[in-house]
Amino acid sequence: MALNPIYSRRRRVDIVIRGLCFAAAAFGVTWLALILVTLLYNGLAGLNLEIFVADTPPPGSTEGGLRNAIVGSIIMTLIGVGIGAPLGLFAGTYLAEYGRNDRLTSVIRFINDILLSAPSIIIGLFIYGAVVVPMRGFSAIAGALALAVIVIPVVLRTTEDMLLLVPNPLREAASALGLPRSLVIKRIAYRAARSGLITGVLLATARVAGETAPLLFTALSNQFFSLGLNKTMANLPVTINNFVQSPYAYWKQLAWSGALLITLTVLALNIGARILGAERTAK
Amino acid sequence: MAVQSDVIDDAGPYDRAKALGAFKLGDVTFYWITRLSAISVLLILGGIIISLIVGAFPAMKAYGFSFLWTQRWAPSADPPVLGALGPMYGTLVTSFIAMLIAIPVGLGIAIFLTELCPQWLRRPIGMAIELLAGIPSIIYGMWGFFVLGPFLANTFQPLMIRIFDGVPVLGAIFAGPPSYLSTFNAALILAIMVLPFITSISVDVFKTVPPVLKEAAYGVGCTTWEVVRSVVIPYTRVGIIGGVMLALGRALGETMAVTFIIGNSFRISSSIFAPGTTISAAIASEFAESDGLHQSGLILLGLLLFVLTFFVLAAARLMLMRLDKKAGK
Repeated sequence: MALNPIYSRRRRVDIVIRGLCFAAAAFGVTWLALILVTLLYNGLAGLNLEIFVADTPPPGSTEGGLRNAIVGSIIMTLIGVGIGAPLGLFAGTYLAEYGRNDRLTSVIRFINDILLSAPSIIIGLFIYGAVVVPMRGFSAIAGALALAVIVIPVVLRTTEDMLLLVPNPLREAASALGLPRSLVIKRIAYRAARSGLITGVLLATARVAGETAPLLFTALSNQFFSLGLNKTMANLPVTINNFVQSPYAYWKQLAWSGALLITLTVLALNIGARILGAERTAK
Repeated sequence: MAVQSDVIDDAGPYDRAKALGAFKLGDVTFYWITRLSAISVLLILGGIIISLIVGAFPAMKAYGFSFLWTQRWAPSADPPVLGALGPMYGTLVTSFIAMLIAIPVGLGIAIFLTELCPQWLRRPIGMAIELLAGIPSIIYGMWGFFVLGPFLANTFQPLMIRIFDGVPVLGAIFAGPPSYLSTFNAALILAIMVLPFITSISVDVFKTVPPVLKEAAYGVGCTTWEVVRSVVIPYTRVGIIGGVMLALGRALGETMAVTFIIGNSFRISSSIFAPGTTISAAIASEFAESDGLHQSGLILLGLLLFVLTFFVLAAARLMLMRLDKKAGK
């Protein structure tokens, strides 16, 4: 049977658009693949034990690793998450448990959603004005606080979403047994939403582990190994930032290795969070 | 099942009043801890606004509104001459080009994922796109600096320059010479970075379309594209625009990816293959070594960026909230 001309034209348009959508998906996946391949190719070449045991080299040297930067990044990320996650968790608890129909809740939720996507460099400027200037100097604690400010909205959002998923009859049953409100939340709601809450914290950690902009003028960087929180502290992102634009081949090599480390960490955290989240929905 | 509670154990089995008192105290404390944590979000916003205004005040007083339309940026002149026109122009142009690329591609991926893709491929591709969003922006910047910039300067840019040579307006937009560091390179990296935001929000809102509507359209003989164009997209328009605005908010403020590859030139050039700068790139590359009026000028730039992104993101959220209401959430 011959197709009528209008229908065959519609079919052709449809096929072209389908092809374009397919191309778009291929385009997106290709970028991820390209980035990962170049990272692995360039990063693995320099990845050896020295990276983890030696400190960042002085200009021109061809020996050294990233130990101080790795340790500094871990310290600042941990402090940042350590301050930001509980605040975000409690704030999310308020929004989901106490203030469900509150006017305050809708205002906070709105502001939080904006902070969630606010440019991270603005957070850096804020901490510079609020912490670095009064303390008269760049410091690791300022960097950690900047990261904490980024963690709060992420954790708040996931906490609220996850607690809202906990079925109300659970809470009602606990209340009927005479549990006070705070224990209903802590013993029942938190427990029911546990994997979701952990997912939120993991996602927030992934988000700040590679953050560079807010550290540029809060923690700065440090060429030496330092554990003092009131001094500048080396960290991977800023070290990479400095090394990429340097003229030294060895520094560039270190930058690739550092970039590989950060990316693998962040992707592992992201995938871990997703698996944990999927487990939840599967049940 | 007995209620396991330290409070009850501590109070002993018979001392009911004391136990209830402890409950009450714990209740009130917990309530206020959560409430104050929630309020801290508002304090952070207030802190950001106040610290930016305080920091930017000297520059505001020195330049007034002329800051907005001065192109010259000469922080080492005496007195320093500072104008925001270059970075503002760069911020808007890079974001505009990025959205021009990312919107059709992002929507295309979303349509592919919801309508065309075989079920078993959906999760891996969706996950790959989401992982793109997880890669830190400094990695994009570094990759753009070492890989994408040279590649574009050797292939894509000369091609475009040759094609549009002599064409009236386009000839000026695609003018040579090719360059590793250019506005276009930065815009392309931005497009890749915001792609996942557009895709994942579009996929979410496409799923809110009632299957009955789509089935009815297929039933009267519509092709997949016709269903998408006449049913899915009209139904989800507000949500798509919200997602696009959200991505735009990201693009406007993105820092590290842009800083590496835009070239940090404050001169406005008509060609998108020439170096430029954005607000965030200017702050990132100059702030740590700035002082006095120069620093204040950079903070004023930051304030402008914050106001701009605040309104874009607020508009995005209001649109997405409207959609939530429609979905009956």
